[in-house]
Amino acid sequence: MSSQLHNQSLIHKSDSAKAEALKLESPESNLLRAEVKKLSFSYGSKRVLNQVSMKIHSNKITAMIGPSGCGKTTLLRCFNRMHDLYSQVTYQGEILIYPEAKNILSKEIDPMEVRMRIGMVFQKPNPFPKSIYENVAFGLRVRGIRKKSYLEDRVEQSLQQAGLWTEVKDRLNSSATSLSGGQQQRVCIARALATQPEMLLLDEPTSALDPISTGNIEELIGELKKDVTIVLVTHNLHQAARCSDYTAFMYIGDLIEFGASGDLFTTPKDSRTENYITGRFG
Amino acid sequence: MSPHLKNIQLRQKQDMIFCYIGLLVLLFSFLTLITLIWDLAVTGVPRINILFFTNFPSRFAEQAGILSAWVGTLCVMITTAVFAIPLGIAAGIYLEEYAPKNFLTQMIEINISNLAGIPSITFGLMALGIFVYEFGFGRSILTAGLTLGLLVLPIIIVATRESIRTIPNSIREASFALGASRWQTIWNHVLPYSSGGILTGVIISLSRAIGETAPLITIGALTFIAFLPTSPIQPDFPFLSFQWLKDPFTVMPIQMFNWLSRPQADFHVNAAATGIVLLVMTLLMNGMAIYIRYRFRKKFNW
Repeated sequence: MSSQLHNQSLIHKSDSAKAEALKLESPESNLLRAEVKKLSFSYGSKRVLNQVSMKIHSNKITAMIGPSGCGKTTLLRCFNRMHDLYSQVTYQGEILIYPEAKNILSKEIDPMEVRMRIGMVFQKPNPFPKSIYENVAFGLRVRGIRKKSYLEDRVEQSLQQAGLWTEVKDRLNSSATSLSGGQQQRVCIARALATQPEMLLLDEPTSALDPISTGNIEELIGELKKDVTIVLVTHNLHQAARCSDYTAFMYIGDLIEFGASGDLFTTPKDSRTENYITGRFG
Repeated sequence: MSPHLKNIQLRQKQDMIFCYIGLLVLLFSFLTLITLIWDLAVTGVPRINILFFTNFPSRFAEQAGILSAWVGTLCVMITTAVFAIPLGIAAGIYLEEYAPKNFLTQMIEINISNLAGIPSITFGLMALGIFVYEFGFGRSILTAGLTLGLLVLPIIIVATRESIRTIPNSIREASFALGASRWQTIWNHVLPYSSGGILTGVIISLSRAIGETAPLITIGALTFIAFLPTSPIQPDFPFLSFQWLKDPFTVMPIQMFNWLSRPQADFHVNAAATGIVLLVMTLLMNGMAIYIRYRFRKKFNW
């Protein structure tokens, strides 16, 4: 049943591209899930991202850090073409997703197709003012899935993955907006997981939450990486250091440094990275 | 403390003066309304009985009723609603969710607001030229429904846009991020969450249309009519008939106007009674709008 969604995906896997992706496998057997290549992005005439290149490893957590306005959220929203909802935006460069090495920024690819493969959780919990069940099932309904038993299974599994099942299993039909902030954010995570995305984009998912909910969500993110590749934007350096496997430091639209989180936080190569993580600015 | 005392007293006095002026204005408009309703009720209410609703107008004031008028009003309102509601809501959705924000859409926006302020008799003149003569619809229920539909279209469009605009963008983004299309987002989220406001606008626009007289007189509604439009349900195949759309008609405000313009005082009583019926219908519709708004506000909260 779980392969049903992948089969519905419009992207066909070509064997040669698959082989190429396998070649990129690093010594620690890190499969690539996505790769950003010389990506520049502008709102109108204002350039927000400048020739950014980075790799997203499969089943790892990649964190993006940097001071406000550095372009980390803009970069994240390129991954699911969220910018396409608004006018006057231009992309240059590419974001390839593997195993097909397909450029998701290409004009020929419908943003809907990208969003069906890459899920997103937003900064502020934004559940629909509907029942918990309907919130989690919406992504599946969008795909035309009506089979009740399948929907129920997926809703339960997703809520379990998001660590919310035991708390809400008796009130799936009550409104999602009546939950606490932390629970609402978990509903949003379950909602994104229900369609079994290949990648999950998290845009400062804990910035609107209290410390306890934040701790729970961080723990959850760590568990989720076995199922899904995660890209996490965060304001919180400690969170990046605690949760992530790779970290990208961005500053005014440039990617300053990218590497394994352990290295970046202990032995930063660039002085700006060092100044930022030691709290000298930002 | 003492150096400020005088200044504080002065400003408190200003507050009080404005408060009293406001209260006075409010009382004045409220009294006007009460007087109006009271006067109408005292004259009209004793005249209202079953026969008043089931009789055609007559030369004899005490036998005259509003049967053709209320049936006409009903038919015209149905035509107006069927024409204006889907068109107005669709236009509102398009302008708010699909249309690019450029010079052209801005012009359309401004002109829709302008359209809402155009005197209703102008709509009547336009309808006389276009619907009655050009399209050959005649002085029919169809013409009346379309005319009133055009009249209330801007109200529905504006109400739709206003209530769609209150939906936070984060909800749209959440839907799109799950792979939903624009239409899926509108149908599953934007419309349901804004339907309270849209329905309110629709009802208020219809309660405006129900009292309109001028444009209907312009297109030539009859003032004295002693028969009903063709029944929509027929005994023979195909059983449904839309002949009623082409039938002549009258509506309650015109019936009222007709009775008021007669010299006999007895007919004035009939006019007052019709006024009461019209007023109650409008108030009921407005009440319904308030109730729906309240219900939806309770249903969707974020």
